[in-house]
Amino acid sequence: MSAQNEPLLSVRGVETYYGNIVALRGVDMDVHRGEIVTMIGANGAGKSTLMMTICGDPRARNGQIVYDGIDITMMPTHDIVSLGIAQSPEGRRIFPRMTVMENLQMGAALVDPKYFDEDIAKVFKLFPRLKERISQRGGTLSGGEQQMLAIARALMSRPKLLLLDEPSLGLAPLIVKQIFDAIRELNEKEGLTVFLVEQNAFHALKLAHRGYVMVNGNVTMSGTGAELLKKEEVRAAYLEGGRH
Amino acid sequence: MATNGSNRAVAAPQNDPNSFAASVKDAATAGFLVAVLGFFFIGIRTDIAPGGLDLKMRWGAWIVSILVVFVGRLLLNLFVLKTDSPITRKIAGAMPSGSRFAGTGKWLMRALFAFALVLPFFFTTFFPGKDRQFIDLAILIMTYIMLGWGLNIVVGLAGLLDLGYVAFYAVGAYSFALLAQYLDMGFWFALPLAGILAACWGIVLGFPVLRLRGDYLAIVTLAFGEIIRVVLLNWYEFTNGPDGISGIPKPTFFGLELKRGEGGFADFFGIAYDPIQRFIFLYYIIFILALITNFVTMRLRRLPIGRAWEALREDEIACRSLGINTRNTKLTAFSIGAMFGGFAGSFFATRQGFISPESFTFLESAIILAIVVLGGLGSQVGVVIASIVMIGGIEMLRNLGFLQQVFGSGFDPVQYRMLIFGLAMVLIMVWKPRGLISTREPSVVLKEKKRIGADMVAQGEGH
Amino acid sequence: MDAATTMKNSDQSTPGWDRDPVLSVEHLTMRFGGLVAVGDLSFNVGRGDITALIGPNGAGKTTVFNCVTGFYKPTEGRIVMRHGPGRQQDDVETLTDSGQRWKTTGNGAVYLLERMPDHEISHKAKVARTFQNIRLFGGMTVLENLLVAQHNPLMVASGFSIGGILGLPSYKKAQKEAVDRAVYWLERTHLIDRADDPAADLPYGAQRRLEIARAMCTKPQLLCLDEPAAGLNPRESAELNELLKYIRDEHDVSVLLIEHDMGVVMEISDHVIVLDYGVKISDGPADFVKNDPKVIAAYLGVDDEAEIDMPEVREDIEKVAGDGPAKKKPTARSKAAPAAKKTAAKAKPSSKASTAKTSTARSTATKASSAKASSAASTAAKPKTAARTAAKPKPAPAASEVKIANAGDYPGSQPHGTKKPRAGGANNLTRVKGIGPASEKKLNALGVWHFDQIAAWKKAEVQWVGSYLAFPGRIEREEWVKQARVLAKGGETEFSKRVDKGEVASSVPGKRGAQPKKKTTGKGGKA
Repeated sequence: MSAQNEPLLSVRGVETYYGNIVALRGVDMDVHRGEIVTMIGANGAGKSTLMMTICGDPRARNGQIVYDGIDITMMPTHDIVSLGIAQSPEGRRIFPRMTVMENLQMGAALVDPKYFDEDIAKVFKLFPRLKERISQRGGTLSGGEQQMLAIARALMSRPKLLLLDEPSLGLAPLIVKQIFDAIRELNEKEGLTVFLVEQNAFHALKLAHRGYVMVNGNVTMSGTGAELLKKEEVRAAYLEGGRH
Repeated sequence: MATNGSNRAVAAPQNDPNSFAASVKDAATAGFLVAVLGFFFIGIRTDIAPGGLDLKMRWGAWIVSILVVFVGRLLLNLFVLKTDSPITRKIAGAMPSGSRFAGTGKWLMRALFAFALVLPFFFTTFFPGKDRQFIDLAILIMTYIMLGWGLNIVVGLAGLLDLGYVAFYAVGAYSFALLAQYLDMGFWFALPLAGILAACWGIVLGFPVLRLRGDYLAIVTLAFGEIIRVVLLNWYEFTNGPDGISGIPKPTFFGLELKRGEGGFADFFGIAYDPIQRFIFLYYIIFILALITNFVTMRLRRLPIGRAWEALREDEIACRSLGINTRNTKLTAFSIGAMFGGFAGSFFATRQGFISPESFTFLESAIILAIVVLGGLGSQVGVVIASIVMIGGIEMLRNLGFLQQVFGSGFDPVQYRMLIFGLAMVLIMVWKPRGLISTREPSVVLKEKKRIGADMVAQGEGH
Repeated sequence: MDAATTMKNSDQSTPGWDRDPVLSVEHLTMRFGGLVAVGDLSFNVGRGDITALIGPNGAGKTTVFNCVTGFYKPTEGRIVMRHGPGRQQDDVETLTDSGQRWKTTGNGAVYLLERMPDHEISHKAKVARTFQNIRLFGGMTVLENLLVAQHNPLMVASGFSIGGILGLPSYKKAQKEAVDRAVYWLERTHLIDRADDPAADLPYGAQRRLEIARAMCTKPQLLCLDEPAAGLNPRESAELNELLKYIRDEHDVSVLLIEHDMGVVMEISDHVIVLDYGVKISDGPADFVKNDPKVIAAYLGVDDEAEIDMPEVREDIEKVAGDGPAKKKPTARSKAAPAAKKTAAKAKPSSKASTAKTSTARSTATKASSAKASSAASTAAKPKTAARTAAKPKPAPAASEVKIANAGDYPGSQPHGTKKPRAGGANNLTRVKGIGPASEKKLNALGVWHFDQIAAWKKAEVQWVGSYLAFPGRIEREEWVKQARVLAKGGETEFSKRVDKGEVASSVPGKRGAQPKKKTTGKGGKA
């Protein structure tokens, strides 16, 4: 096994294309154990693409992604996930015809069943709303509830590294706070490493230990969350118009 | 540092999965699997012997098959599956991109059109001995092109998977045959009627399937196709059942029949009669019918109704939010597609002179659908290429005599015709999963025409 | 008289949206099986207004949208769309009785949307909508998307395709006009350079704009937007605000939107309606709704930093608690205080007047702070809230030294409180996760100063305080009692450690007041 001081996830010079269109132009990034790292940037900057590339779809055309000492650049997605990476993808890709419970069971598919009750209690405590809707089909949930379900499903796989793509999208301010609190709590209590892609830069940077700013497929800035929050460029580009 | 959440044991690979050793190991596993599975299927052969069965071991064949799989898997691993730079990626990079193909597609289309225009004379001039056979094949291909274009409206544009398209073909054929038999109508008079009747049946089919989506839509259309065929088969008094209808009149050239002797086409123009003239005439009829189909489809695509079809394929709910009556839009797609099927059907009837329900089985629907899918949903040129490849290909595979030189005289290529054809189809679909021409051309352009890649275009219901 | 009305039309007795509604939703109920998604909901959307529909996730906002735009048939209720000014009430009633779907009137036309299929609602009643998960025609170009939106007029112009196939010039002219309209909206939405690109190729923000442009191409009178700002960054949100204002002002289109981004809602909305569990809990101008305690409890949340830390509230508390131990404020906050004094002084008489005479000075402070659970920008809102609070003066349970006038209005029982903290001063209650400075003041006003007081709460007390602070359920969820037990023993929670490190903006770092003897060098229990 790799040494503890090595980053859990290290992305080196990753370039990703859609057809002939460049989405990522050589991205370097590290996520250390026990860290919350956020990637902020405008729409279309390539944040979500980076997250998808980490999961192997689309594949990086150049560069290397190393997770826990293993090169996962060319690994099939299901193998990557079995290494302990869970993703809550953009656009709430829940299973619409399965009930909330079944969705959560799918999330726990790779985990020892003995943890199931404990884990499900945990996510229900986090999202009491889901418990109310336990036997409703995923597709009939409201948009925000689907978002909660997507995050809960990712948590059910007991990930070592949790990838969250815009978790605050479409959620009420109170719920956004709850989710961010929950992420912080999971991180502090259980040492969960989190990589977060967010549009909601203010909250994300407040939550994260470190942040990166992506512009046009390049990482242009990095630093601790507090540092980035103070930077004039960041404030101008992502925080003006007030926080939410 | 609290790490109690991450103490779960993870099955991490111990070493580099892309190493040569891993590749060999993987290939060995594959070989072992073949050894086990193939032992009974390949390794043992039973012969009838006096007093029972005789077991004969075929060690050679068994070992060869294991080796083939082992080496094949190893090569795949080394060059594609377990390597940092798969060879497929290099090939993909070297392949012409969609846009470049589109540029050549335009010229290809013009060349094909020019060739189609002079095709009969090309064959009579250069292949005088086989001209009849070739022109007949060209007529067949052209019929399928027309059917493909018709189905393309329903499947390619509106995105409604229709597995019973042959029903409209049958309605068209039987309409003409019955109109000729009972009312003594000629081809040119019956042709529009057949089209209208088929369009009506299109609406009849359209109504019950309006609310259906996906697989259910496909199954109901499939059932509809079968119902039409079974009715034709069993309504003996009217349709003559399995005996079919014969003596269907031939088309006339402005009242002139293409026959030998007095009053015929050749006699009127003062040229020598040749049976090939009738084939050439039939070819031009289907050629013009197909051109009309293409012209109308291309025009419709640029009209609001055509855009509504495509919008329906992309997102039905958004369509409704924009005030599009999706029911009517689907029905027009079904009826216009059916109408062209009906035209093609009456042409089929007049060409054959005899029709029976045998000609309208599900296999026909499947072939037409395969043409549309292989060509690329929504692509007119794609349908042409796919028709030539599929219909022409099946016919060409009849002439596989040369394979006997390779595999010995015991080899009957005709038996393997469908196998080879099926393999070819699979390979094409692996190579081009969205059909030969998968890009979409926008129907209206502001400044610069850009073709749209297949990954953007939705496939509609039932795909 | 409803306080809300004073905002827009101070001279009128009813707000603009009630006098001239473009859309009226009346007693709308939507059930899915046993689940009541929307229950007996009524509201009006004013002509020429931007109306926001907000509420927690799953409150039924999108269901209301789907009912209005015909994607769901409501179980009960009437939805009236009006073209032309005024309520046209007689025509609406005649139409309702007639069984027809719409009726042209002297002023324009009225439509009963619950009777119309979805495509007619867009085509005839002129209601356009966008979707929460963007629904564009991804494989079609941006321009094509906008032409599909003009399907119905183009269909007529093409002679239902027959004239179009024959290539008649009238269709070409109509198509050119349609392209011109599309170009107009593309320019408004800054998409003109992408006109020939497939819609799926656009970045997220541009897709949102395109969806609005597409809806506008149907020439609507009412534009319904489902979370138009979701996933937009602040700059894009600001652009969206401008676009929506432009649509309202220049095209006389009324806008109804669902939105979670309060920056958008509060800045552009003329009228805000708040739903929770399918029921309307607040309705009025943005400023009124923003300060409605019910909305704060159900939706906005209380404890966020500046939002709630109102200087004038602190003023009140400080004055009242003058006999108590002087609390040290961070300097930044003290600076803000003088500026707020005026507001506080102005606010005072109203809250005092409504307070029962028997109340102690401290309970006055309680009143003021609860009435102004957040900003006091809307003075109109105050009398109402205060009046409600003081409506039923009841003697407080004898248990507590602090008497709350209407303690009996809340379920459970009031916790024991002391007028003054014990010697050594009060604990820093913000070290409990869930208690911010504002809540701390309110608790102090209740006579709750120490961790051990909270630690002693039973279920009844927890329920009472939760209801009193207007966030029921939250105390259990955040385990205040459990945290307080740890802290009372001198332990540390994860949260209190962060507070002390200064990482929590909503809490005041530092241990104050009487610390338990056992100092915090030992391992603290985890909350």
